[in-house]
Order: sequence, then C-alpha cells, then structure tokens
Amino acid sequence: MTAPLLEVRGVSIAFGGVVALDRVDLEVGRRELVSVIGPNGAGKTTLFNCICGLYRPDAGRIAFEGRPLPRRPDLIARRGIARTFQNLELFRHSTVLDNVLLGRHLHIRTPFVAAALGLPRWKRDEVAHRRRVEEILDFLDLQAARHRRVGDLPMAQQRLVEVARALATEPILLLLDEPSSGMTAEEKADLVHRIKDIREEWGITVVLVEHDLKIVMGISDWIAVLDHGTKIAQGPPEAIQRDPQVISAYLGETA
Amino acid sequence: MFTPLAPGRAAPGLARIPLFAVARTLVERYEDDLYLVKGPAAWTAVAALLIGLAALPFLLPRLGMGYLLFIAVLASANVIVAVGLNLLVGYAGLISLGHAGFVAIGAYASGLLAARLEVPWPAAWLGAAAISAAFGFLVGLPALRLTGPYLTIATLGFGIAVYQVLTNWTELSGGRGGLSVPALGLGVGGMSAIQQLALVAITAAVALCWIAYNLARSHIGRALAAIRDSDIAAEVTGVSLTWYKTLAFAISAAYAGVAGAIIAQALRHLEPQAFTFLESITYFAMIVVGGLGTVTGGIIGALLLTLIPHYLSGIKQWLPIAYGAVIIAMMLFEPQGLYGRWLRIRRYFKAWPL
Repeated sequence: MTAPLLEVRGVSIAFGGVVALDRVDLEVGRRELVSVIGPNGAGKTTLFNCICGLYRPDAGRIAFEGRPLPRRPDLIARRGIARTFQNLELFRHSTVLDNVLLGRHLHIRTPFVAAALGLPRWKRDEVAHRRRVEEILDFLDLQAARHRRVGDLPMAQQRLVEVARALATEPILLLLDEPSSGMTAEEKADLVHRIKDIREEWGITVVLVEHDLKIVMGISDWIAVLDHGTKIAQGPPEAIQRDPQVISAYLGETA
Repeated sequence: MFTPLAPGRAAPGLARIPLFAVARTLVERYEDDLYLVKGPAAWTAVAALLIGLAALPFLLPRLGMGYLLFIAVLASANVIVAVGLNLLVGYAGLISLGHAGFVAIGAYASGLLAARLEVPWPAAWLGAAAISAAFGFLVGLPALRLTGPYLTIATLGFGIAVYQVLTNWTELSGGRGGLSVPALGLGVGGMSAIQQLALVAITAAVALCWIAYNLARSHIGRALAAIRDSDIAAEVTGVSLTWYKTLAFAISAAYAGVAGAIIAQALRHLEPQAFTFLESITYFAMIVVGGLGTVTGGIIGALLLTLIPHYLSGIKQWLPIAYGAVIIAMMLFEPQGLYGRWLRIRRYFKAWPL
C-alpha cells in the first residue's frame, strides 16, 4: 500500500484545562473523500486548525505526502493544503473576483518592480491568473457575482466564494469546514455535486467537516467520528450509522 | 482581530473602479479591467491634469501668486506621506501614529547626505527613501506580534523617540543652530530655486501616486487588504504575514522618506520641532478625511489639509482641536472619507432616475 497523503498521528492539544484533541489518528489517502463528524465541540475544527498550522499541537505529528508540515500556515498552503472556514473568513470589502484572485497569490511570480510600474509582465501575469479564476467561477456558477462585494452576497454564495478561493490555490488536499451551513435544501443538493466534482474531475482529496448527515452519508468514502476530542469510530457510512458508540454520542448516553 | 478604527469598512471593492473612466466602456477582454485610465475622454482629462501640474511652477509666479509655490511643495510632500500612510493604514490595516518620525528620518538623511557627504540631490533623496524604509522595516517587525492598539502605541513611541534623538543628539541634527540643507539644482537657467523644487516635488508626487495605484491593484495590494480583512484567511491562503506586514511598513516609510527630503529642501534649515507628534496626527487626519483604503482618498485629504490651514492661518492655534474633531466626526459619519462620498454621489447619478 502506498503511503497516505495526510497522516495525523497521536495529535493532542489542550486549551487551559480543556482537552480539545486527545491522541487523534487520521490517515487520508490520495483522492479520497472523507468526512469528519461529531457533536458540537468534538474538536473537528480544532483538527483542521492543527492541520493548516493555525494551532500547534501539544503532542503528535502531522505528515503530508510523507513529509512533516512546516510551521507557518502560509508555507503549509504552499505545500498544497487549502481550507474553508465554518465562520466565513472572507475579505468582505473586496469583490468576489479579488477574493478568488487572492487564492492565486501563491502562484503569482510577478516581480515587485513589474507590479509597481504596471509593466507588461504584470499585465500578462494578471490576465493569466484571471483566466484561471474565471474557470473556477464558472465551475461554481459565480460568474454573475464576480464584481460584487462579497459582504453583500447571500450566505450560500459567500460559502461558495470561500470554496472558490481555496480551489484557486490549486490544492492537493481541500479541507471544507461545514460548507453547507446556512444553505437551503436545493443549495445543499447542488453543493454535493460540486464536492463530488472537485474529487472526480479535479482529482483533489477532500476532507469534509459537516453536520448535515444526509450529505455526509451520501458522498463520503469513509467517515471518522470525533467526540470530546477523541476518535470514537471510523468506517464506511453504513457501518457508522449502526455503530452504537456513535449513536450514543449523538443521542446521549443510554437512550 | 481588533482594529479600533475598522479601516476595513473603508474599502468597498474600489480596486476595480477605473480612476478616470468618464463614460462607461464595454469590457471585452480581461485586459480591459486592468486599465487605470480608460477611454479617450478619460485620457484627455488625465493629460490636461498632468500638463496643468507641470505648468504650475511656471504659471503661479506669472499670475503674481509666487508665494503659492511653497504651498505646492508642501502639498506635494503631504500627498506623498498620506498616500504612503494609506497603503499601511487603509490597505494593510496597520495603524501608525508615528509617521512624522519617518518623515524626520527622510529629511535628516537627505540633509546629512547632501550637506556633509556632498551627495548630489537625486542620490540623497533615494538614500533618504532607503534609510527611512529600513527604519520602517524595523518598526514593522513588532507588527508581527502586536495588533490593534498595541501596535499603534508602538508606532507612537517610535515617532516620539525619533524626535527625542534628534533633539538630544546634536552632532547629528546640528543642535540649536539646526542643519542647513544645500538647495537642489536642476541645472536649468531662468528658474528660481523654489520653482525648481516645486517642479521636482510635483513630479515626485505624481510618480509615487501612480506607483501606489499600481501596487494597490496588484497582488501586493490584494494581499495587504486580505491581511486587513482576515489575517488568518490570508495566511492559510498562502500570504506571508511576516513579509507583507514588514513590506507595508517599509513602503510606507520610503514614501515618508521622500516627503521628508522634499520638506528638507523646502525649509532649507532643519529643526526637530518640524516633526512632532502633532504632524503624525495631521498625516493621520489626512487619510481619514480623504478616505481610508484608496489612493485617491489620501491625495484629496492631503490637499485639503494643506490648503485649508494656509487660508485659515488666523486660527492656527485651534487646528489641532479641529483635526481631532474632524477625525472623530469622519469615523462616525463618513468612514469612507470624502472620496467614498464622491463615489456614492457618482453612483447615484449613474443610476438616476432609479
């Protein structure tokens, strides 16, 4: 078997006395579509924050493509990990286009002087990146909103802009943190297709944190369940649905 | 992140509005979105503006308003400081209340280079920009750890420290006698010293504004605005906070350094009293009044706050109070500044009668 793309080994982190993650293991293979579920406060977002470098785990290690990750989040992004945020972290005052163009940032090689003087080199680069951004806007059906301020868009579109910005970095691994929250049933159905496409057509590995179990059961290759910072179960959707520990975590002790 | 003045509110996606697009033109290629000046009418307006500015040093004395040349020099310097400060405050969201310190460093650096080392003035100006940028880089380092009001206080301390060093280190600053700065010479006959200086200062201001417009709409401007609006999102998207925060300080300080060199030439005699905390507040007031997060806002604010005190010199002692009141009022009622108001008026008439 080949080495996993993402390898989380024994990661623990505590905030004061609260243990947010306790020796969590997670192995994600290339081109897998994996979900991490669990009740509120189970440590799902904390796990994402550890992977993308916003938190430094107290113990354990995280490897990506067989090598340990650098410390700084921007360097981790350059290794090919992109994410979205549960509480939308958009550049609210910029347009959709500028938000997604920022995703191209780590691919922009324009020298400072060329940008400062608006040289042809800058213009060429800018147009090339714009073309790439437009493909992503097409894919997520955001073309009509490209010149609108992100802060003025409805919630569902704002979530898509976050996905677009993450895709613009051309990631190998995409971490989606509750992408469907605040969406209507129709928008959710649409999102499911987009996430599938991201894996099937773009070949991107996806780790999904999601509360909507219908989505999770429908699209995941396998599911990991967190509760109080520990992984209590892992397996294919059918098995997770029947797992007594998972049921008790979701419905309370001995229902 | 806590930003007391929420400068983020000030930048409503203005980056893509062409500067001088008089008539709306159809965008057919992505390149079309990249022009600062679009359409023949806009080009005519820009050309007229540039010719007018270039003619100013020759025109004013003819019209018997030669005394305004000094004001034009001062206005150019202030425009440069304000535009540079706006890149730092309005774009990157890093608040500096010590910019007079960078201006002072630029003024003394250029003055010392020209007076003691007899460096020709263009080199002395570049030296001033470089030295000031180096100090900006150093002040930017704590910006990596300090946020919001803590950083603001650090910059405030820096501005006061520069003033104190210049006051007390007399070998450097020339002591009580001050430091005399040799006049710049363009080697052009028939022009008075102040005319030559005005021409150079206006040229520098136009060039630096143009560079600021370019930077603001490039990936650099996007990265700075991203740090302002959400530093964690910027970081996980691949923007190095270390690099861009220190870069913002360095660029902003380089602008202040050039302005300092101009002021040194205008005063010809440097004393630390010209670069007090009050100057820092005035620079800050300029960008708040004109509009945070837009280059044009900085230009408008700097021009207004240079010209108004000149015509209201009778009430000079009240100006600090007026600036304070104006900053508070603008923050409350017009956070996008006068330029933001103008854009809204323009949008209203474009959409009229809707």
